Amino acid sequence: MSLVHEIDYGTPASLSEKMVTLTIDGNEVTVPEGTSLMRAAMEAGIQVPKLCATDMVDAFGSCRLCLIEIEGRNGTPASCTTPAMEGLVVHTQTKRLKDIRKGVMELYISDHPLDCLTCAANGDCELQDMAGAVGLRDVRYGYEGDNHVFTKADGIANDRWMPKDESNPYFTYDPAKCIVCSRCVRACEEVQGTFALTIEGRGFSSRVSPGMHENFLDSECVSCGACVQACPTATLTEKSVIQIGQPEHSKVTTCAYCGVGCSFKAEMRGEELVRMVPYKDGKANRGHSCVKGRFAYGYSTHKDRILNPMIREKITDPWREVSWDEAYKYVANEFRRLQYQYGRNSVGGITSSRCTNEETYLVQKLVRAGFGNNNVDTCARVCHSPTGYGLKTTFGTSAGTQDFDSVEHTDVVMVIGANPTDGHPVFASRLKKRLRKGAKLIVVDPRRIDLVRSPHVSAAQHLQLRPGTNVAVVTSLAHVVVTEGLFDEKFIRERCDWEEFQDWAAFVSSPEHSPEAIEELTGVNPQTLREAARLFATGGNGAIYYGLGVTEHSQGSTTVMAIANLAMATGNIGRKGVGVNPLRGQNNVQGSCDMGSFPHELPGYRHVSDESTRDIFDKLWGVKIQDEPGLRIPNMLDAAVDGTFKGIYIQGEDILQSDPDTKHVAAGLEAMECVVVHDLFLNETANYAHVFLPGSTFLEKDGTFTNAERRINRVRKVMSPLNGYADWEVTQNLAKAMGLNWNYTHPSQVMDEIAMTTPSFAGVSYELLEKEGSVQWPCNEKAPLGTPIMHIDGFARGKGKFIRTEYVATDERTGPRFPLLLTTGRILSQYNVGAQTRRTDNVMWHEEDRLEIHAHDAENRGIRDGDWVKISSRSGETTLRALITDRVSPGVVYTTFHHPTTQANVITTDFSDWATNCPEYKVTAVQVGASNGPSDWQVQYDEQARQSRRIKILDAAE
Amino acid sequence: MQSASTDIAARAIGIIDQFKGKEGPLLPILHELQGEFGYVPQETLPLIAHALNISRAEVHGVFSFYHDYRDHPAGRHVLKLCRAEACQSMGSDALADRARQLLGIDWHGTTTDGAVTLEPVYCLGLCACAPAAMLDGEVIGRLDAERLDEIAAEVRL
Repeated sequence: MSLVHEIDYGTPASLSEKMVTLTIDGNEVTVPEGTSLMRAAMEAGIQVPKLCATDMVDAFGSCRLCLIEIEGRNGTPASCTTPAMEGLVVHTQTKRLKDIRKGVMELYISDHPLDCLTCAANGDCELQDMAGAVGLRDVRYGYEGDNHVFTKADGIANDRWMPKDESNPYFTYDPAKCIVCSRCVRACEEVQGTFALTIEGRGFSSRVSPGMHENFLDSECVSCGACVQACPTATLTEKSVIQIGQPEHSKVTTCAYCGVGCSFKAEMRGEELVRMVPYKDGKANRGHSCVKGRFAYGYSTHKDRILNPMIREKITDPWREVSWDEAYKYVANEFRRLQYQYGRNSVGGITSSRCTNEETYLVQKLVRAGFGNNNVDTCARVCHSPTGYGLKTTFGTSAGTQDFDSVEHTDVVMVIGANPTDGHPVFASRLKKRLRKGAKLIVVDPRRIDLVRSPHVSAAQHLQLRPGTNVAVVTSLAHVVVTEGLFDEKFIRERCDWEEFQDWAAFVSSPEHSPEAIEELTGVNPQTLREAARLFATGGNGAIYYGLGVTEHSQGSTTVMAIANLAMATGNIGRKGVGVNPLRGQNNVQGSCDMGSFPHELPGYRHVSDESTRDIFDKLWGVKIQDEPGLRIPNMLDAAVDGTFKGIYIQGEDILQSDPDTKHVAAGLEAMECVVVHDLFLNETANYAHVFLPGSTFLEKDGTFTNAERRINRVRKVMSPLNGYADWEVTQNLAKAMGLNWNYTHPSQVMDEIAMTTPSFAGVSYELLEKEGSVQWPCNEKAPLGTPIMHIDGFARGKGKFIRTEYVATDERTGPRFPLLLTTGRILSQYNVGAQTRRTDNVMWHEEDRLEIHAHDAENRGIRDGDWVKISSRSGETTLRALITDRVSPGVVYTTFHHPTTQANVITTDFSDWATNCPEYKVTAVQVGASNGPSDWQVQYDEQARQSRRIKILDAAE
Repeated sequence: MQSASTDIAARAIGIIDQFKGKEGPLLPILHELQGEFGYVPQETLPLIAHALNISRAEVHGVFSFYHDYRDHPAGRHVLKLCRAEACQSMGSDALADRARQLLGIDWHGTTTDGAVTLEPVYCLGLCACAPAAMLDGEVIGRLDAERLDEIAAEVRL
């Protein structure tokens, strides 16, 4: 095993199709026009010495080390800023160049500490490498002069010296080691798009400054790590590298946080993870990362992790540690008993969007083949189930249409109900890069998210709608497109049913859908809405990206269909730069849906009523699959309260915290007789569990995740599971205990079974993934290397289907008792219920959930910034501290749901999407008032959680 | 204290609004702020960043690049002495020493009575009349010890 080596070409690739041929050091090289000489040389295997160049950022030409000579030209131009041209003859190593380089290096080293042996970057330092490459042997200038290195000179304090900035929990900034190449500054600007860094001062006084000479934590820095990655010295260094040392081997794997699915190199020392470094060949992230994937992996070795299986007869008992065998036997006996006593359908399972495709597949197989029913559901129920339904109905597939690279070809981006800079940061960086190049942005969101206006990005239009009125707004956008004749008739005639279109066009054209007519309802200025529609329809390639602000509504599915209508009507489907793109919340939520996690669907979105599909699995598994859909999560809970549903196996999901109406969830769980939680931690749901099976992290297993662009990425095991078994092994052992004859020895065999049974995965195998890095489904005979963009020549369902999208107001309405609308969301540093990120240093950025409230509403209620407030709805009440802001409009309040003590879902109601039961998290009528502290429920809950987490200490057998 | 900084913010916003629609507005704004306040109050930098939709790091980078911008108030008068090559060759170093001695301050210092701030400058474009100086924006050519003594006395009046 060794480190996965990535070549640094020095400057980004040129996209030109015209090729030029030149000679470098006697080698003939052909490269696209516009390629730098530095990159052209590297393509030929010739490394020109460099310090300020790296291929993640544009050439800068400041270090003066990469100089070259060109025959017939004067001087020694920098190879990073000189483009390759036909017929050039270039020399990279001449006597003159060698002398210049040595001289430049002498200057650098004269102001750099000579502590290489004790330096954290030892072995991974480009300055060190270059000193070696140019043959530096001595420094004529000495080290005594003016410098940034020593704290004192001749006993007097050196005012050029600056102490280390250790404010960021994950990396340090040591100005003494800085060579001012400005790679960090450019990475922050070009790659991340935050512009948090600058070079302050000039000349010898130049130095890197976060914000206005602030420390990193107080500056605008979002801790994405791009600067650390770009730094050629030890100036910006991961604290983990300082603590542990340099890694000796690495494996490419996939991040287990959001649906972007970034590829990382897990750099290891033995079984110890030294750091995660974004992988440049990762097709979702292209070498970029965010604070979660890059740094927030500490949870994997957190002391809270439970490593031994545990059992208890009653949830009021303390936990008792048992052997794995005893745990499996207990669960198998209990589930069989329950099924015998209450019927076959009295038990079920929940698959996890955090686990691999293979693990998910096995859980639904366990339910269908082992439990003998279809009572399987997944957390996509509470996030993107309307996407599945809506896109399947209109286009024919339950997935986004594009790859992330597509954004580079987009001219107008419409972001609806998504907050990419917090929820999908790496995609946001790629989007912002495109926006800085001139693409236009339309934001449809009740809240002024960062994309609306942040350095170098500003939305052309922000439709600040009232929560719950998405359908009205999107339908009205279509109204403008149709009534102003901006639709793409050619596209519609070719790809869709013209009759259907006309019916739909007549529907949206009716005056009650005009921007003016809906203003009172939505709060959106009609002129703004018209401008937005015109821009989207006429601005070139139009792409729609949307998130949970679209789906988590009583009309979630309708909005998805309205979005699909709009994309079809404007001809924005089936090529680069366009499309309908759901931003998936979790690393494998796409995959868990693909794998047949829904009670009505077998893998590949095939309905359980379809006999031919059932037949495939019946034969393979030797069972008879039920032809009726099973219970969805909310139905399971209802049935539990009714006394007909008694046992559940929950893999990697914390339904108590993440599902709406916490009290109802708690009541459901409490009514069951055997709740099996398979997780890393004693999560909130585990407070109601009878059996706890320890889970494993993504670092501890092999498998695949499927991201928001349908990309199947490999997850690779880099360390042994602390708990002893990968999750797929636990599920398999449980299946065996229930009498099933499963004998998988590696997840690749599970993938082979998926490929064998599921047409859209027919071509997928671990060999193919090894070869290609990743593929996007459908991957089969028709598309052996996968499908980056869907519906290119026609829709998957044949003709695209236009559907009437009538706005129906939610039953959740404001009134005198509950006059405000609560909507919820995420923040950059925390992830969903926070089970992982709360167990990392990310809490430094967000230690509690706050309630965002407009100054107007706050003043009415006598609330000041930071005050404790009580927020109550028809379902319940909780308390948290207020944050006064103008990001939300008057009448709207907003909070995150990362901390269990806040319990935002105590307030949310049980209203849900009409088609898929996706809960209406995004709209709750609430009242906010001053409070003295935690609510009764919070106090009670804390006590119950504390009691429930007791583990009985067995007498030590010493 | 509160009212003073609110006053600065209000005046700064007036200036920023006046220039923010122009092309390349950052330097003109910084100039105008220094003209208005005699220095660029650091609390105005985030206001500029917000108005121009750039980061405060960027504003700080530009502000700190130019030595001419001050981050704190200067004395009632500002004396700049050229220290570039042409003036050095005509004896500016000796004049500089004299000036520091006369005023009892070092470069960038302000006399305790707040009368004058002494600043180095690298070329006033007046090399033909070296050594050159600038007092409160007015250039002075062929500076000599006598003239310097006069200036030192004048600014203290």
